[in-house]
Amino acid sequence: MTTHRRSILALVLAALAATVVPQALAQSNVLRVVPHSNLAILDPIWTTAYMSRNHGYMIYDTLFGTDENAKIKPQMVESWTESGDHRLWTFKLRKGLAFHDGKPVTGDDVIASLQRWGKRDAMGSSLFQFVQRMDSPTPDTFRIFLGEACGFVLEALGKPSSNVPFIMPKRIAETDAFKQIEEHIGSGPFIFKKDEFKPGDKAVYLKNAQYVPRSEPPSGSTGGKQIYVDRVEWNLALRDAQAQVNALQKGEVDIIEQLSFDHYTTVKADATLQLPKVDKFGLQYMARFNHLHKPFDNPKVRQAAIAAFAQEPFLRAQVGVKELYRPCASMFVCGTPFGSLAGSEIQSKSTMKKAQELLKASGYDGTPIVIMKPTDLASIQKLPDVAAQLLRQAGFKVDLQVMDWQTLVGRRAKKDAPDKGGWHMFLTAWQAFDVWNPISNPAMDSRGEKSTWFGWATDDKLVDLRNQFMRATDEPTKKKLADLIHARAFEIGTHAPLGEFEAPMAARKNITGFFVTNGNLYWNLKKS
Amino acid sequence: MLSFLARRLASTLPVLLIVAVLVFAMLRLTPGDPAAVLAGDAASTEQIAQIRTGLGLDRSIPVQFGLWAGQLLTGDLGQSYYYKTPVATLIGQRLEPTISLALITITLAVGVAVPLGVLAAWRFGSLLDRALMGFSVLGFSVPIFVLAYLLIWLVSLKLGWLPVQGYKRIADGVGPWLYHLTLPAITLSVIYIALIARVTRASVLETLGEDYIRTARAKGLPERTVLLRHALANAAVPIITVIGIGIALLIGGVVVTESVYAIPGLGRLTVDAVLARDFPTIQGVILLFSFVYVMVNLLVDLSYVFFDPRIRY
Repeated sequence: MTTHRRSILALVLAALAATVVPQALAQSNVLRVVPHSNLAILDPIWTTAYMSRNHGYMIYDTLFGTDENAKIKPQMVESWTESGDHRLWTFKLRKGLAFHDGKPVTGDDVIASLQRWGKRDAMGSSLFQFVQRMDSPTPDTFRIFLGEACGFVLEALGKPSSNVPFIMPKRIAETDAFKQIEEHIGSGPFIFKKDEFKPGDKAVYLKNAQYVPRSEPPSGSTGGKQIYVDRVEWNLALRDAQAQVNALQKGEVDIIEQLSFDHYTTVKADATLQLPKVDKFGLQYMARFNHLHKPFDNPKVRQAAIAAFAQEPFLRAQVGVKELYRPCASMFVCGTPFGSLAGSEIQSKSTMKKAQELLKASGYDGTPIVIMKPTDLASIQKLPDVAAQLLRQAGFKVDLQVMDWQTLVGRRAKKDAPDKGGWHMFLTAWQAFDVWNPISNPAMDSRGEKSTWFGWATDDKLVDLRNQFMRATDEPTKKKLADLIHARAFEIGTHAPLGEFEAPMAARKNITGFFVTNGNLYWNLKKS
Repeated sequence: MLSFLARRLASTLPVLLIVAVLVFAMLRLTPGDPAAVLAGDAASTEQIAQIRTGLGLDRSIPVQFGLWAGQLLTGDLGQSYYYKTPVATLIGQRLEPTISLALITITLAVGVAVPLGVLAAWRFGSLLDRALMGFSVLGFSVPIFVLAYLLIWLVSLKLGWLPVQGYKRIADGVGPWLYHLTLPAITLSVIYIALIARVTRASVLETLGEDYIRTARAKGLPERTVLLRHALANAAVPIITVIGIGIALLIGGVVVTESVYAIPGLGRLTVDAVLARDFPTIQGVILLFSFVYVMVNLLVDLSYVFFDPRIRY
């Protein structure tokens, strides 16, 4: 190429770039985030999808929140009282709460929102088994009358994950719980720009200038939600892991919500990038058995499988980065208020020899274990291979069936026998706060086919212990019951925890203000 | 000619009908449940069943097909399960990026490949010919995503000339639009440059051996005129055919390119719809692709008349 031609090329590119630079400058107070997935459903009560929950946190506020140490703290609520018999709860809303349309948040809005949430959320529906009625004696007050004492009112109202009891205007919250809402108005720190929302492309949130944050520092989903940027843009089109890192390095995006493990060392070595610590408890891998069919209808066979599942091989294969994972045999996540280890010795102190002995003693008839392996979900796709290998070593026959995640999601809802389109086992991951409480942990529901989650464990004793837990009103009793529930869950083999890990966030160095969110929250961030 | 056109246009209807039936049937036979996808990970079996009923997926397959076919006859492609938006609106939002990428790609491919192919034929057996054919083999062999990553690394990250990802609408200005599409178009065009250059070379080479070329040269016509007016013009039919095939094949390439460069076009929409088992969107997009395919073939057939006067319809 001659110098002349090279100059022309440079001029053309410079001209193209010149038209782009003013836009780049205008982006200086725009936080550009690459979320972990696509946002499709805008109703965080209608679905349990994490992306819808995260969207909810942007535009709605909550009565209570969960701080970084898993403690419940008030958010929209200023103060509350509980009657001596624990049956009447009175809440006063703090001053200055207003929806994005300018109307004040009232007790009636809260009641309508809670009623809709109670029809969709598992913990909400548990709470509403106790609720006799609710009322709002004054606009800034609401009361919950319980039929009998229940010990998780605040845990339910401050529940940090799907479905979060977000507060919506009454007219929107009165939408049938089984239909999606059409309007997206909350009282949260950001305003959703519906006209700029392009599914699969981008979602835009503007700073809610009228929002009155709490005075406490931010912690988890509690504390002051200070907004220092004018606009947050979620890039929904950028989903290729390598392209995400390229865009971050080039400065085209500011934050990658969930960096792939493969790129962790690349980002760590880049002086322009940072790996902010925003998650204290991380996520937990889990293997779930189908309790309806042979051989996993036999608790002894499930125990043998749990005994074979040493956690380190799963974590090493799937995460690979030593500093991002930790083995932990607690079904309720280590370090959390109910993070028990009771009864976990069957897994944590087991060996393959022990697993083999347990399997021999169980009367296992050689039925091949159908494990569903998703090929398109990088975050969990290696787990089934490890599970298959460990089960084979223990003496199981294994039928590892590959499919895409959505096929798996559809198939796991089927109760048919594994040889007729059903399944024996699938592996998944949960954010810690979805499983850290015996009520919210979906795998603990052991009401057989009435259970709300796939696998349909059946155990009356566990049901009874959970009922006692729901009614316990003091912390020592709750802790004791949580230990008993944990031990019983291991005894009957509801599922196998496979270790905990951190899904790292990556950001450019000019973004500051990160705090432990235990989730994906975008307030308190500054862009310089 | 007009009756040919009318016949070909009429024949698109049964083609689209067959495609519609096949796509509908295949999607229902494919494992996966749109309701389970929508409900999220922590949803109960009851919630999934309620969503399934809400979407009408609990009805029999013939009833579902009848409802969809009825909508189609009124020009309604239905509503996306996943995005809760009319499929026509979704397609409308995604058309511009895909058409832009396809147009720039094919323009670039034709603009580069045809001269290269003619040059290679003209200098048959030379170093230039061998180099061009070597490039052509390489262009065929390197997967689009590998080439994309290499170009991003060099052009965007090392040289900093072009963006890594994203798309700007043409309404935001031609500069930003072109700035964002240049690298994806170069990536996608390489395989078409290779394809079209090879066919052009072969076709022109064959023509260069014809008597009328020897006559033209004997008459003392400049080599440029011989090549362009006599050789290339007579070699055009196979080249046009392969360009037509190339446009149709672009659909596949666009899916990968849009994913790597985060372009919110029809390719990305298709991938998302398939992953989410969003039946109405998949059906709508495939019907559109089929229609485009049929139309491109029709245009190619019609263009033969202009390049070869011996062809009559």
